[in-house]
Amino acid sequence: MLPVITGFVDELRRSGVPVSMVEAIDAMKAVEAIDLSERVALRETLRATLVKNLRHERAFDTAFDVYFSTVPALAEEDADSLDQAQPGGEVSDPESGAQAPAFDLEALVDSLLEALEGLDAEALRRGARDAVDNLAGMEPGRPVGGTYYLYRTLRRLDMDDLEEQLTEALLADNDLTEFERRLLEEEIETRLEMLRREIEEEIRRRLVADRGRDAVARTLRRPLAEDVDLMHATRAELAEMEAAIGPLTRKLAARLARRRKRRTGRLDFRRTVRRSLATGGVPVDPQFRYPRPHRPEVWLLCDISGSMATFSRFTLQFTHAMSTHFSRLRTFAFVDTVDEVTEFFGPGVDFGSAVDRITTEAEVVWLDGHSDYGNSLETFYSRYGRQMTSRTTVIITGDARNNYRPARDSALSEVARAARAVIWLNPEPHAYWDTGDSAMSHYARHCTSVHEVRTLRQLEEFVENLTLPSARPLQNA
Amino acid sequence: MHFDSPEAVSAALKSAQYLPDARISQVVFLADRLSKPVLVEGPAGVGKTELAKTMAIVTGRDLIRLQCYEGLDEAKALYEWNYKKQLLRIQSDVDHDWDTISHDIFSEEFLLTRPLLAAIRSPDPVVLLIDEVDRVEIETEALLLEILSDFQVSIPELGTMVAATQPLVFLTSNNTRELSEALKRRCLFLHIDYPDPEREEEILAARVPGLAEHLASQVAKVARSIRGLDLKKAPSISETIDWARTLLALSIEQVDEEVLGDTLHVLLKYQTDIEKAAKELTSSGR
Repeated sequence: MLPVITGFVDELRRSGVPVSMVEAIDAMKAVEAIDLSERVALRETLRATLVKNLRHERAFDTAFDVYFSTVPALAEEDADSLDQAQPGGEVSDPESGAQAPAFDLEALVDSLLEALEGLDAEALRRGARDAVDNLAGMEPGRPVGGTYYLYRTLRRLDMDDLEEQLTEALLADNDLTEFERRLLEEEIETRLEMLRREIEEEIRRRLVADRGRDAVARTLRRPLAEDVDLMHATRAELAEMEAAIGPLTRKLAARLARRRKRRTGRLDFRRTVRRSLATGGVPVDPQFRYPRPHRPEVWLLCDISGSMATFSRFTLQFTHAMSTHFSRLRTFAFVDTVDEVTEFFGPGVDFGSAVDRITTEAEVVWLDGHSDYGNSLETFYSRYGRQMTSRTTVIITGDARNNYRPARDSALSEVARAARAVIWLNPEPHAYWDTGDSAMSHYARHCTSVHEVRTLRQLEEFVENLTLPSARPLQNA
Repeated sequence: MHFDSPEAVSAALKSAQYLPDARISQVVFLADRLSKPVLVEGPAGVGKTELAKTMAIVTGRDLIRLQCYEGLDEAKALYEWNYKKQLLRIQSDVDHDWDTISHDIFSEEFLLTRPLLAAIRSPDPVVLLIDEVDRVEIETEALLLEILSDFQVSIPELGTMVAATQPLVFLTSNNTRELSEALKRRCLFLHIDYPDPEREEEILAARVPGLAEHLASQVAKVARSIRGLDLKKAPSISETIDWARTLLALSIEQVDEEVLGDTLHVLLKYQTDIEKAAKELTSSGR
């Protein structure tokens, strides 16, 4: 068992999950205490000891499927079925053996339906195995992750048809209200998802038997949620990141509110004397006035032009989450001119509708809908500059790609002078800054700091290391 | 008392009306076997705190609870010297010289134990619950490290106090902030999510006596459906239990759109959420 566990830990590390030495040792100790024949027990044991972050569970599940999938009894059968399916994935093969009858798609669908209807996990597994045997057309030796095989199996099974038939089977009486129908649909979706997962697992099992664990694990490796490029994240990946946004904004709020650390505040004479009465007038327990937490004011300026679509969705989501932590948060959106969108994001507002309103109601396009940072910043300063105070932190998110228009960065220097700090978050890799139409360095020289924020991890690092100059005393008040 | 297998844990918890899934009973079993703390994470209201409480009941141990909050410090979590008593001791004693007294006032007699130290010093094994650990500042987290890894507390004036008995430690977190690596490394990690409808049905059956089976299944399915929506606050298990009780009290036998519209405020606590769920789930949404 030991070498398998170390191999598994290595695989986790290779896919980016941080597993410390201590945790690996814990896992070994834990494995000794359990019944190894129970797959679920083994999985949960390894999960509890090795994975300490919800975001890493997907990577864990994939790796676990690959490393601990081979059910011993299946190994021989596997070799057979792979041989069978070899000639171009022919649907049926009459020469497959004496006992095995010719493949009958309808019979298979029927048995699957029955399994789905009665929620029979064992029958479902058998059905999935059958389906993969006959429909996936797996070709040994090909370095693939199995997505194609899965797709092929599902298409040949005709999932839509299966869904319809299952709906019919579960529809006891016909007059269901919309509401009941919806519940039923969800139930069916879950059950079909079970089948899909069963088939996927089966395919993975075959792949492992064919090419070995390490090879399959390598093909299946995906970047962790925190390493996905925000500019090109898919919707599913964005959804996965969502969970991380909440904690991050909270931390950011704490960082922005933090002042230089003082161990104690000024002596609170009144409370000290009051307390000393309990000890006969001896001030045993001096009381201190603690400094009030600083209320930061944050202004967010987001580029929401087309090239930034995915990233701006992410930043807007971030903003939305922030609005619960900052009482004084103002949001501005710009493409080639700027408009305030704060009111769209009040606490309790649904995020999706806020984004819709921004795209339809906010006036962020002035000329042609191509980013114009110069004009946006000038408009921003002339319209809102006066309301800025020495407590305002301005955070700008954008790639600084100005479509070869003049940078007009003097407005930004005015902003920098008025505000406490100006922070620029750029979702492009550092190496691309100032190439082509990027005017990053023009703007960067006015900013307090500029950060590459291409992934969630980088955003976390930015928040982690954020230190700001303390708020300046109000000038000429 | 030690558990022989995860199934034993599961059976014990079930007997106290807590229905664990395979993951929960497995991790609790490991915690008991390896004497490691468990970090329980998950959305609000899925039974994180309840798990610790129930474990205390089924093992017959005392539950010592430390509720975390911003500003929690050593004096409230670990121990404190009883200054007033020390002062009285000094004042009342004029016969002895200073050396004797100063030794004397830093003895256990003048020590006020706070939850963490109390858990360590208890002669009988206890269940220690450190609730909502994500609320303390990251600096304060360090206070917990010694107790979590070695079950001991070092007091400069007295030396190290080692646990007489192994406490069973649960930490809960709503994940409002990322906990430090050091803390996570010392714990087993258990993520509890909303239960699937089958388990929720069982929970409802256990917690709401008299609830008809088909109603329980409907309630569980509606709960899943609502949790699938993008809401500010998804309904927790305790809220579905409340809802089932409400339905029972109103002697409703079938959940339909009208019932749902009338009682949705039991499940959801934000007006925007209620409106959204009502729109999505009732026929006008389509």
